[in-house]
Amino acid sequence: MKARQSEAEAVLEISDLKVTFHTYAGDVKALNGVDLSVRKGEVLGLVGESGCGKSVTSLAVAGLLPPNAELVGGKILLGGADLLHISKEDLRKKRLTELAMVFQDPMTYLNPVLTVGSQIMEIITQEPRVFLPALVGNRIAEIDATGKNDGELAEEKQKLLEISKAGRAGRRDVERLARAYVVSVLRSVRLPLPEKILQMFPFELSGGMRQRVMIAMALVRKPRVLLADEMTTALDVTVQAQILQLLRELRNEIDASIVLITHDLAVVAEVCDRVAVMYAGNIVEVADVEELFVNPLHPYTRGLLGSIPRVDSASPQQTSIGGSVPNLIFPPPGCRFNPRCPKAFERCPLTKPNLIETKPGHFVACFLYGE
Amino acid sequence: MAEKPGPRSSGGRWADARYMLHLFRQNPIVLAGGVISVGSVLIALLSPLIVSSSYWNQIFPSSSLCWNNPIIDWHIANAFNCGGSVYPLGTDLYGRGLLQMIVVAIPVDLLIAFEVVASALIIGTVFGGVAAYLGGVVDEIILRVTDIFLAVPGILLAIVLLVVLGRTIPVLTAAVLITWWPFYVRLARAQVLSEKEKLYVERLRSSGAGGTRILFRHIIPNTIYPLLIQGTLDIGSVILTVSALMFIGLTPDPKYPELGNLAKQGIQYIFTAPWLIIFPGVTLLIISVGFNLLGDGIRDVFDPRLRR
Repeated sequence: MKARQSEAEAVLEISDLKVTFHTYAGDVKALNGVDLSVRKGEVLGLVGESGCGKSVTSLAVAGLLPPNAELVGGKILLGGADLLHISKEDLRKKRLTELAMVFQDPMTYLNPVLTVGSQIMEIITQEPRVFLPALVGNRIAEIDATGKNDGELAEEKQKLLEISKAGRAGRRDVERLARAYVVSVLRSVRLPLPEKILQMFPFELSGGMRQRVMIAMALVRKPRVLLADEMTTALDVTVQAQILQLLRELRNEIDASIVLITHDLAVVAEVCDRVAVMYAGNIVEVADVEELFVNPLHPYTRGLLGSIPRVDSASPQQTSIGGSVPNLIFPPPGCRFNPRCPKAFERCPLTKPNLIETKPGHFVACFLYGE
Repeated sequence: MAEKPGPRSSGGRWADARYMLHLFRQNPIVLAGGVISVGSVLIALLSPLIVSSSYWNQIFPSSSLCWNNPIIDWHIANAFNCGGSVYPLGTDLYGRGLLQMIVVAIPVDLLIAFEVVASALIIGTVFGGVAAYLGGVVDEIILRVTDIFLAVPGILLAIVLLVVLGRTIPVLTAAVLITWWPFYVRLARAQVLSEKEKLYVERLRSSGAGGTRILFRHIIPNTIYPLLIQGTLDIGSVILTVSALMFIGLTPDPKYPELGNLAKQGIQYIFTAPWLIIFPGVTLLIISVGFNLLGDGIRDVFDPRLRR
């Protein structure tokens, strides 16, 4: 039974995604039927401990799985097309325009020998036709914003309208428009002196600035879905707070859905609308963020929330989840959490529980609930 | 000590460049290498102004007559002059001034060396980069081809080519290049192999960049420094190889102005006119040592790990 997760329009829909890594030690069944849907305009948190398959899910969506990974089954629907069954060229186009990733460590994800400007600009100049509407729209908006409508500006506007009608522009026009566009995007991620930053090399920027550049690189493409994989992990706490603040501001400005992959529940509580909890290659619980923190259902979610150190708690003792993460070469049968679950009963090791809706918008994959 | 420039002192790329220059100047050996290399290139560039490039061929009799005319009977007035105000390094058996001959010979050697190294660099970067980036069958094929070339002794291959195709300068250049490029392919391949696993490559792929763009615009600029250093070091070695080939007689012309050939002409008169072998030999030594020192120096200056 497929759980019906979406009331609003789903932009990205992952269903029954199974990924196996072939390794020397054996086949690691990293994803065991992941069901997830991302609604339009929302911020979805994907949480779970290390090795539970958060990153594998995002890599599978982006088509960046390493060569020893095999997509055993499932569907990834992005804007109506199944990413697993389209041609390489279509996939490349999709990645360029509909799907953007922000990565963990902004230093290693920027090319050290090219300026920030040339790295952002090349995203646009490699497919100028795709980005032309955005470029022209941006410049026209800029001209309109000046409030003047005479002389050179009016002339330029006329020329821009011609360009957008023709659907193509000369190389120099594209470069000029792209530069203006990139500057406006850099400004939107609150980078000071964007024109100057375009000329700088990654090593000349601080960690927070680099992460803003990475976000800008994602935003210039005006993606439908923004996959942010541990984007605050490599930053120190104050910068983390700034980036999260930026994210909160951006979610109202851009119309992309954001998937925030993290192991930090505090980050989730800060910015997300909904949360999906993963354990050992499965989604075990999906709920609105308040609902999840107030009323966690799955024993794993409860354990996870219980293990957060709290300053306001009466007892100094944190609870922890007993046992350890299962070896995914030999995953436990049935519900993969059953060996560690305090409430496991005879049914748990037999079959895999599906996500069921206990309340509107609250899904859980556990036999304790429903039926 | 307030003036000591550091890599992060004032930020900006000019400061960085100044710091490199500072490192360069601090090391006397590297500085010597730089002076020698730049000096020899300058001599090569200015040689048409110093000595007419046809100087080597100006003296009667023409080389075609050499076969029948033993030099003993030439009765050239100023053959084997030993130094003086007109001919500072003496004259050779054709009566040409040795200093002028060396000045004419330096550009010949340097040009061959630069051509060989530049072509090897380009071939190596392209083939090595493609082999590493694509991997699989392409990698295997390119590597096995380099193996074939590496399996044949380099000098022997060059000799065979020169004998078969004729002893001309283009053939000589090609012959040396053929023995030289496989090293660059392997070096570039190794560099790209490690660089392509870097995370920015993954980001590029996630943003829909094509393979050619990723390889040539992003990976190769990141891997080029070791190749450039190897190239600088190899200029000296190529000059030595070329002059070795000339020395064993694979010259277009016995009178051809090339340092190895000059030495070869000189060795026959090592006891009667020792300057004829000493000066070309010493010039060769200085130039190749100079480029080696420069290569070493560039490695030190560019290596970010030595920049703390």
